Amino acid sequence: MARVLVGVKRVIDYAVKIRVKPDKSGVVTEGVKHSMNPFDEIAVEEAIRLKEKKLASEIVAVTCGPTQNQETLRTALAMGADRGIHVEIPADQCAKAGPLQISKIFAKLAEQEKADLIILGKQAIDGDNNQTAQMTAAVLDWAQGTFASELKLEGDELTVVREVDGGLETVKLKMPAVVSADLRLNEPRYATLPNIMKAKKKKVAKISPKDLGVEIASSIEVVEVTDPPQREAGIKVESTEELVSKLKESGLV
Amino acid sequence: SKLGKMLKKFGSEFLRTRFSSILSKRGRSSGTDKLHSALSAIVGEKNAAWSLAAREQHNHDESFHAGGTPENCVWPNSVEEVSEVAKFCSKNHISMIPFGTGTGMEGGVVPQNKTICVNLTNMDRISDLNLEDFDVKVQPGVTRKSLNRELRDTGLWFPVDPGADASICGMAATGASGTNAIRYGTMKQNVLNLEVVLADGTILNTAGPKRRCRKSSAGYNLTDLFVGSEGTLGFITSTTIRLHGIPESTLAAVCSFPTVADAVNTTIQVLQCSIPIARIELLDSFTIDAVNKYSSLENKVAPTLFLEFHGSQKGTEEQVDQVSEIATLNGGSEFSWASTTEERSQLWQARHDCLYALLAQRPGSKCYSTDVCVPVSVLSEAIQYSKDVLDDSGLTAGTVGHVGDGNFHCLIILDPGNEKELLGVKMAADMIAKRAIDLGGTCTGEHGIGIGKKELLKSELGAEGISVMRSIKNTLDPLNLMNPYKVIE
Repeated sequence: MARVLVGVKRVIDYAVKIRVKPDKSGVVTEGVKHSMNPFDEIAVEEAIRLKEKKLASEIVAVTCGPTQNQETLRTALAMGADRGIHVEIPADQCAKAGPLQISKIFAKLAEQEKADLIILGKQAIDGDNNQTAQMTAAVLDWAQGTFASELKLEGDELTVVREVDGGLETVKLKMPAVVSADLRLNEPRYATLPNIMKAKKKKVAKISPKDLGVEIASSIEVVEVTDPPQREAGIKVESTEELVSKLKESGLV
Repeated sequence: SKLGKMLKKFGSEFLRTRFSSILSKRGRSSGTDKLHSALSAIVGEKNAAWSLAAREQHNHDESFHAGGTPENCVWPNSVEEVSEVAKFCSKNHISMIPFGTGTGMEGGVVPQNKTICVNLTNMDRISDLNLEDFDVKVQPGVTRKSLNRELRDTGLWFPVDPGADASICGMAATGASGTNAIRYGTMKQNVLNLEVVLADGTILNTAGPKRRCRKSSAGYNLTDLFVGSEGTLGFITSTTIRLHGIPESTLAAVCSFPTVADAVNTTIQVLQCSIPIARIELLDSFTIDAVNKYSSLENKVAPTLFLEFHGSQKGTEEQVDQVSEIATLNGGSEFSWASTTEERSQLWQARHDCLYALLAQRPGSKCYSTDVCVPVSVLSEAIQYSKDVLDDSGLTAGTVGHVGDGNFHCLIILDPGNEKELLGVKMAADMIAKRAIDLGGTCTGEHGIGIGKKELLKSELGAEGISVMRSIKNTLDPLNLMNPYKVIE
């Protein structure tokens, strides 16, 4: 049976209206509702289903970030993960830790935990990078099945149906492998109160990137974050002549 | 003549709505300008609309009840703004209709006279969530699905599920119910407190400010008075509701029966055994056939029960064993299971899409839904009678029901342009409702009275009941400005 590692990221809740900070350094996160990245919920759900089918022996949920990330781990545990690992990165350094750094952390943890399968969300809804799963596989030199909409595990072999631009692509991977979860892979379960209570007793280990020998300073710096331009109201014209003259005015005709 | 008699009965309603429809589609007059400026001064220029497009968005709901178009639409951003709008309208004798998601089934938001529309959905805060007490406060812009999404990490949910993604305050206004009522109750059992704005602008907390008690014997039950009042007594600007724990285990299954009576008997026996079944929904053969085609399912075409069990792991397994035994005794088939979350969602979506599935069988048609609710012991009789009436009238309909509550819907498919068919439908619906009333039931289990069932309300309640209702209405809204011509005259 496979040992599964699942990555969960704490992001601004998808239903929240994002506002840019006045100094354009980023988006407002103070006092804003945060929750688990939706694609990560799907990843956790898939891991739990593997365990329910007795194809996985243990599910370890991993998160990288400040103290608040523990809430996200608890949700993963309440959904059915067995234990958690919190890789503590202080809030001010989080912005600098990009997919490359995170992938190195996951790679090291996979080796330490002797994982056979890593399931990640295909992308986080704040960064939208869609790089971590791919980079993790590259660092480990493992097979990868990204944008998974279907997953079948038989012994040592993983069949992944991928959602690609042209349609669906089926690939067969030899374990160990990294999979990134896409929207249609499954519908995640909600955490129930009895499970939330049980999750409080599950083990959560706290470590730092240094313990894994990973440097988290990225060579990418965010210079500015701005709103997209405000959509302006259209105007109504009274006649085709007016329409043509307005089009000419704006140089479109 | 028969047609003459029918016109006399329904004619005045037709005439009034046609007339007001012509009136409100006129262009802007100085009167409209003054109204618009006054309302803009209260809610802000951006939040008041006089354009025909905006007003037409607010002149209909899911029913095909016709009427006029509001003179103006406003989107207040706070209960104080709602109060100021009400004060202004009161002073100037202007009717007001509250508007949420427009998903009502009885024409509750359709103007029947010159009126403005007050769209409350800009107020969309979720506040005062109390995890240990299982309650939360929501404003009209919060729909039940968005609330459940917001709560998903807490282990709590709001189970009242009428199908549509309706505004929770709107659900309170219509006394909504749904597939989960058999286990979790309707809005009536789940509203703890309401913040209401009366016609004269008074802001009222029906159970008292900040109250959120599970039970109370303090004074008259004003909260229940406003639940189901369909906007005729005031604006609901905030609702404090009961939440429930998400069940540890959820199992859903489908079971078919030789006849509707067998399915109903199974339901009665399940309830007699005190099995805490979460959902028990009946779909007749005609509906199942449509559902199979529309939602790409493969259920046997026969009277069918869609079932859902909530509880602990062991609890649900026990419930399933008990219910399958009872079903088998009544000729029920083997259960076919929806085990994953996706399969369950698909099943219940198919149930909620019954309406669209039936409409798809006759493109271009509309649907009229009856909504009678009778004691479960006479449910088979009521359903059989309804089918006979519809067959005699040559009407096409599917029957679906919340059998556990004795509430069923005949979804009658009709051509809205065919006046004769419309009148036939109205007559059939009246007969079905009258029989339900005779059997000790109600003409409307969950949709409300709205425009079309005012006469039935009189038969159901009797003169004394109507008289008391009228005095309450006159006390709270003496000028009859709140959603006039709905529920009671």
